[in-house]
Amino acid sequence: MEGGGSYGSDLDNLKATELRLGLPGTDEPKKLPSMLPRSSKWAILEATKRSSSEIKSVEKDQKPAAKAQIVGWPPIRSYRKNSYQAMKMEAETTGMYVKVSMDGAPYLRKIDLKVYKGYKELREALEDMFKCFSLGEISRMDESNVYEYAITYEDKDGDWMLVGDVPWEMFLSSCKRMRIMKGSEAKGLGSIP
Amino acid sequence: MRRERCDMSEVEGGERGGAGGGDGAGDGVADAPPPFSDRVLENVLENVLQFLSSPRDRNAASLVCRSWYRAEAQTRRELFIGNCYAVSPRRATERFRCIRAVVLKGKPRFADFNLVPSNWGAHFHPWVSTMAAAYPWLEKLCLKRISVADGDLSLLAHSFPNFKELSLICCEGFGTAGLAIIAEKCRHLRVLDLIEDCVEDEEDETVDWISRFPGTTTSLESLGFDCVGSAVNFEALEALVARSPALRWLRVNHHVSVEQLRRLMARAPQLTHLGTGSFGSAAAAAPLLQGGGSSVEDLAWTFAASKSLVCLSGFRDVEPHYLPAIHPVCANLTSLNFSFAEVTAEELEPVIRRCHNLQNFWVLDTVGDEGLQAVAATCKDLRELKVFPLDPREDSEGSVSDVGLIAISEGCRKLRSILYFCQQMTNAAVITMSQNCQDLVVFRLCIMGRRRPDHWTGEPMDEGFGAIVMNCKKLRRLAVSGLLTDKAFAYIGEYGKLVRTLSVAFAGNSDLGLRYVLEGCNKLQKLEIRDSPFGDSALLSGLHHYYNMRFVWMSSCKLSPRGCKVVAQMLPLLVVEVIRDRDEDHDNEAVSKLYMYRSLAGSRNDAPSFVEIL
Repeated sequence: MEGGGSYGSDLDNLKATELRLGLPGTDEPKKLPSMLPRSSKWAILEATKRSSSEIKSVEKDQKPAAKAQIVGWPPIRSYRKNSYQAMKMEAETTGMYVKVSMDGAPYLRKIDLKVYKGYKELREALEDMFKCFSLGEISRMDESNVYEYAITYEDKDGDWMLVGDVPWEMFLSSCKRMRIMKGSEAKGLGSIP
Repeated sequence: MRRERCDMSEVEGGERGGAGGGDGAGDGVADAPPPFSDRVLENVLENVLQFLSSPRDRNAASLVCRSWYRAEAQTRRELFIGNCYAVSPRRATERFRCIRAVVLKGKPRFADFNLVPSNWGAHFHPWVSTMAAAYPWLEKLCLKRISVADGDLSLLAHSFPNFKELSLICCEGFGTAGLAIIAEKCRHLRVLDLIEDCVEDEEDETVDWISRFPGTTTSLESLGFDCVGSAVNFEALEALVARSPALRWLRVNHHVSVEQLRRLMARAPQLTHLGTGSFGSAAAAAPLLQGGGSSVEDLAWTFAASKSLVCLSGFRDVEPHYLPAIHPVCANLTSLNFSFAEVTAEELEPVIRRCHNLQNFWVLDTVGDEGLQAVAATCKDLRELKVFPLDPREDSEGSVSDVGLIAISEGCRKLRSILYFCQQMTNAAVITMSQNCQDLVVFRLCIMGRRRPDHWTGEPMDEGFGAIVMNCKKLRRLAVSGLLTDKAFAYIGEYGKLVRTLSVAFAGNSDLGLRYVLEGCNKLQKLEIRDSPFGDSALLSGLHHYYNMRFVWMSSCKLSPRGCKVVAQMLPLLVVEVIRDRDEDHDNEAVSKLYMYRSLAGSRNDAPSFVEIL
């Protein structure tokens, strides 16, 4: 960007001859007395606010400075921006969270089914999630080639079904929660893809 | 300092006339009751003035003499306040005693883009509490960019027994609880229009406000709640529509499925304006058609029965296979809002090809240049076009370009208003539009990449915008973008003599740019600038004009506190606000946000700590 015209440089010269308090070389702007109490009070408030809430900013329109995005550019109302996202990703933004229990584990987990593309990813994620319980691998099979654990889900009608039988999309729309049950209980349910 | 005769459309028209000197017959005379003959004249005058409705005309009338001032004040029924801080509620209500309708605007427009920190101001409360006492017969209220709390809505509902029309545009601060009170207490309600508001409830505190409307036949003519995020009680809504025989405008939110829409339309075949909600089926994951939800044929039949429809909007989660259902009404449509519908050119074409009478069209750029060509081929009567980007980021892939713009300019010669978001543009296309569409009043081009030049020639976009101001002699509103040098502003200053609103972002080289505008555009009223290298000397070059303006916004420019102070000192009736961002250094030499506006009320007393009024 080019420098200013003649007016701009006049103002600069004026600045150079201005009498101020402060060491030469420092650029102390002149503060009005009325500014100080307000700004310092605010600074304290800000400090406490920041330390107490990091996750969600209190003001909904104060986004943390993203690297590439400029605030308010392009000039689209947030109302509109949010609507498109809601459209494109419907339940994705809210997530499709279902509880997952595992026999023998002291507590349950919750997963967002929408982030997985299919059964394979789901299985792998569950493996990962539950291996901390040292209950054995979900995918481990015993001698007769049957899985030690069976991943089941409760569908809209309240029935417990084996995960993997229906197309992924249908599974997504009908799954209410999941349970990883021990092979002994799951006997006869067959192998899981 | 020379003070020009103002061309304002606001309440202070008469006020300034009195203070300015030279034009009041009663200048300097105390307010004694007028002699008898004058009173007769005033009565006659009042009878005549009540036919005068335009605020501009009324302001002019009020400046003639004290007698006319009084008569006008007595007969004014509609109060238009373009800036809620320009006058105090008390002063406005004292001058105008018989107001029935109020329009009140608050925050600067850049607040829509998160540039104004929340809690900046524009609170409804002082206004509603003053009006509650002063205007018991208030019937209509329209608020834009105002912070409205549920308590304010409650006060409104309880204070105005004859209240009929409420429009809230881009407002925030209220929730379904406030809506419930309005529904319940305003027994004569004709209009409840919620347009692009932020309606937020605390978790689990959503109120079933639709059920609170009176159980008897209502006088509702217009009900719009497409911005309300929470679902409404559908059975109650259907029953409400059934007992509202005067209902003509209905805009539902995206929770209403196409099956539910059919039921509503069946109850109200007299609708003229319809917001369709989702326009998608509720039938869960089931991919449509037979079995699950409505069939296209059924839906089309319903539309065919709605012979009065002239305006369609909504289409929030549109399932494209349902689109043919609106074909029966296309020929009658004057307004179509597809700006939330992700449709392709192929999906748009069969619809738009039937819309011969379309005057207003809002669309997403997913239709591409090809879609716009289809529009240009059919919509010969188009007056207003808005093309929004699906992916509103700088580096997204653009779907519309100069090709679409040229097509529109060639097909839609009567175009008056355009808003066009794109990733790339050429001067040639803009020049073509300036030549083809001479009726343009509003030209807003947003090239989303900052400072992007003409993508053919690599040159700045100066010539394109120059052509617009030169050729479109009726131009009143202009928004510029792309790579622009001071030359573009020289053009605007020289030719944009009717321009009232100017929006500038990431443009210009030096103070000269802004000077050209301030010295040349003598009808300028609203100026909003961001991220442009304009400094104090440019700001000072507008001193002769700021009293004629509604507001000036400058953010991330090159202003210093000292320059702004000079303006504040030279113009005592101007309120000069310096707004700081949260995480900004307080010792910062540069002013990050300047918002200044003329005011009879002086500095406001509700400014938050991050606002400094110089």
